[in-house]
Amino acid sequence: MALARVNAVIVGAGAAGGIVAKELAEAGLTVVLLERGKWYTAFDCRKDDLRNQRTSLLGCSFGPDDDRYRRVVVGPDGQERIVAPSEGAYNNNAACVGGGTFSYGAMGWRYLEKDFRMRSTYGAVAGSTLEDWPISYQDLEPYYTKAEWEIGVSGDDTKNIFKGPRSRPLPMPPPPPSREHLILKAAAERLKLHAFDIPMLRNTVQYNGRGACMRCRWCVGFACEVDAKCGTHNTVIPRALKTGNCTLRTECVAKEILTNGQGWVTGVAYFDERGRLQEQPADLVVVSASATETPRLLLNSRSRLFPNGLGNRYDWVGRNLQGHAYSGAYGLMETDTYDDLGPGASIAICDYNHGNPGLVGGAMLCNEFIRLPIQFAMLRPPGVPRWGAAHKDFMRHFFNRCIAVHGPVQEMPVFDSRVQVDPRVVDGWGIPVARLSGARHPQDLEVANYISGKAAAWLKEAGAITTWPKLPGQGLSGGQHQAGTCRMGNDPRASVVNRYCQVHDMANLFVVDGSVHVTNGGFNPALTIMAVAYMASEHIVQTWKGTRMRG
Amino acid sequence: MQVAVVGAAAGPIVSCVGTSNPWRCLIEDEARTLEALVDRIIPADQDPGAAWAGVANFIDRQLVGPYRRLQKTYRQGLTGTNETSAAMFGKRFPALSREQQDEVLRALESGQVSGKSWKQLPAKQFFDLLVSHTMQGFYGDPRHGGNRERVSWKMLRLPFPPVRGRMQDDLTKTS
Ligand SMILES: Cc1cc2nc3c(=O)[nH]c(=O)nc-3n(C[C@H](O)[C@H](O)[C@H](O)COP(=O)(O)OP(=O)(O)OC[C@H]3O[C@@H](n4cnc5c(N)ncnc54)[C@H](O)[C@@H]3O)c2cc1C
Ligand code: SF4
Repeated sequence: MALARVNAVIVGAGAAGGIVAKELAEAGLTVVLLERGKWYTAFDCRKDDLRNQRTSLLGCSFGPDDDRYRRVVVGPDGQERIVAPSEGAYNNNAACVGGGTFSYGAMGWRYLEKDFRMRSTYGAVAGSTLEDWPISYQDLEPYYTKAEWEIGVSGDDTKNIFKGPRSRPLPMPPPPPSREHLILKAAAERLKLHAFDIPMLRNTVQYNGRGACMRCRWCVGFACEVDAKCGTHNTVIPRALKTGNCTLRTECVAKEILTNGQGWVTGVAYFDERGRLQEQPADLVVVSASATETPRLLLNSRSRLFPNGLGNRYDWVGRNLQGHAYSGAYGLMETDTYDDLGPGASIAICDYNHGNPGLVGGAMLCNEFIRLPIQFAMLRPPGVPRWGAAHKDFMRHFFNRCIAVHGPVQEMPVFDSRVQVDPRVVDGWGIPVARLSGARHPQDLEVANYISGKAAAWLKEAGAITTWPKLPGQGLSGGQHQAGTCRMGNDPRASVVNRYCQVHDMANLFVVDGSVHVTNGGFNPALTIMAVAYMASEHIVQTWKGTRMRG
Repeated sequence: MQVAVVGAAAGPIVSCVGTSNPWRCLIEDEARTLEALVDRIIPADQDPGAAWAGVANFIDRQLVGPYRRLQKTYRQGLTGTNETSAAMFGKRFPALSREQQDEVLRALESGQVSGKSWKQLPAKQFFDLLVSHTMQGFYGDPRHGGNRERVSWKMLRLPFPPVRGRMQDDLTKTS
């Protein structure tokens, strides 16, 4: 039996989906928000260092589970492997209300002006589909501001001379500096680098009816027990529900987007929390399932009119999967630098995002989030054995004396780094799973090397007695910063959605999430995903009011 | 320290091998070998080592939980370790001196071992797994059955309890 028709179905209650739900519901549209995961709260904060969203050795605390979910990953050697969400190769983000924003580190970055104009700035790059965004930083600026104030950002980027102009300051001040912050700040000043307080989606004062961060040890990858981390689960989604126009259905897994013989989208088929197949008819559908799951859903929605899946007439769906080529350095110090003040990451520089001689792009550099003992046990400088008395000694001596500086190197999009659906393997509901294949562009590794050297220089100036590099591998990239698989563009033959996130040949289908990023900046992507979601929502509301999108 | 029966102390026994055995997945003999192995990976010095910390208990517990898929790997690896020890020094691994045990470990790590168990499971692969699981059991949260009495966190001078955070103001003082 079909369910009662609504104006919009949104698939995925993550960073983007939560915002779209609130904007549409507040504008008076009836909305069903489908989320495959559960709605966790601060009470589910277990602070388990072996089972969380970042160190998932014993499983992912906020989904998906290893029993029902899997992916196929094709290695550089062509070898296929079935992987579970808790394995790194799965390239997981999260499955819960709030998506990645429930447990993220919560850096809230604006990309720089040049990040939207990579092709015009650097020219074509062989082996890459590098392009400009169809929108500029200026187009997005009002929506960045909206995200900063509605979701809540603390920090102080006034000293960042590289940033684009902002129309409003950040709503909250940064937290007081940690010991590590002060050491790095002094070193940056001596090096004439422009260090500043990282903008963070985290309350440092009472804001939006929630309290301030109490600076615990376990932040990135964990839930916040005092609800100070700002995600969509504790901001826009409750606001959407409050309108009375939005229904959130958790543990509901979208299977397919439904279309009719005229090429209009008519709704979504999904498995409900008891595994029953349901059909939710709607005037329009917004897919916000993340950069790996969104293309999977589009490609799984095949019909006579759309034999290759939705939005895929020109074979761009699932292409250009990118994340970040994280690189940096570790430094061992002579005296204690660790002061147990979370969240850890707090100071950054944008001196190396652009203008690096002979290179395309670069990365923001910042200090790491608090490193838990198990994380420290997995790294060491060359020469230190990985087991035995010497390793234990190293742990004891340096756990409190190690600073890491690293950054998300902007990747060159590669056409053959991609998400497909696997022809054989299915998930716990019988839906064909995502199949990931491809590799990083060689230029990413060059930039990573360069950035790593800069990180080491900063650490040395800060007093490091030894430094060693942290470098990315050549393999496929996606992971928590996954993006790019349904590129936004003006040319329907070389992109999937237009500047308003509307699928090119389909008036009532939208993709709003990290998938639409043309390039992914040298920064963590969540605030940009949020800003684009606000921008797209405004367009959806206006169009819907005009046409009601009845096919 | 090497002989502490840490498995017995750690909660309900969900055994897959019979009731007289305190371990959940391993048999007594395998558990002894595992304890001896982990205690060379993180040996006791001024701070207790991995055996005392319950790392074998941690691994045993995960082998009936998230690491179920590795049961066979551990069986083969522990048997292989004893075969290699016998080939090198004429005794099973737990009966060797520490120096001899370290030599066996170095042989496993380099993959320079013979023996029929290592035909299916490369020794190096088992060794890598063992090192990372030992680190997890020693440095990870005690709730999973290792890091007894938070021994590694004390060694690293980490304040406890870990969940309680603090602003610069001391919130425990009443005004
Ligand atoms: C540990 C961690 C730390 C991070 N730190 C930072 C940081 O500091 N700064 C930053 O900018 N970013 C950070 N990120 C990344 C950030 O969370 C993501 O970039 C962001 O959440 C992506 O937004 P999205 O809307 O594209 O997808 P998501 O937020 O992943 O939302 C997608 C949602 O769709 C749901 N879904 C998928 N498929 C289906 C289906 N078939 N049916 C129903 N629902 C479905 C998923 O369960 C999920 O909830 C971090 C992520 C993690 C996990
Ligand atoms: S560091 Fe602050 S925001 Fe992060 S989990 Fe702890 S209290 Fe919450």
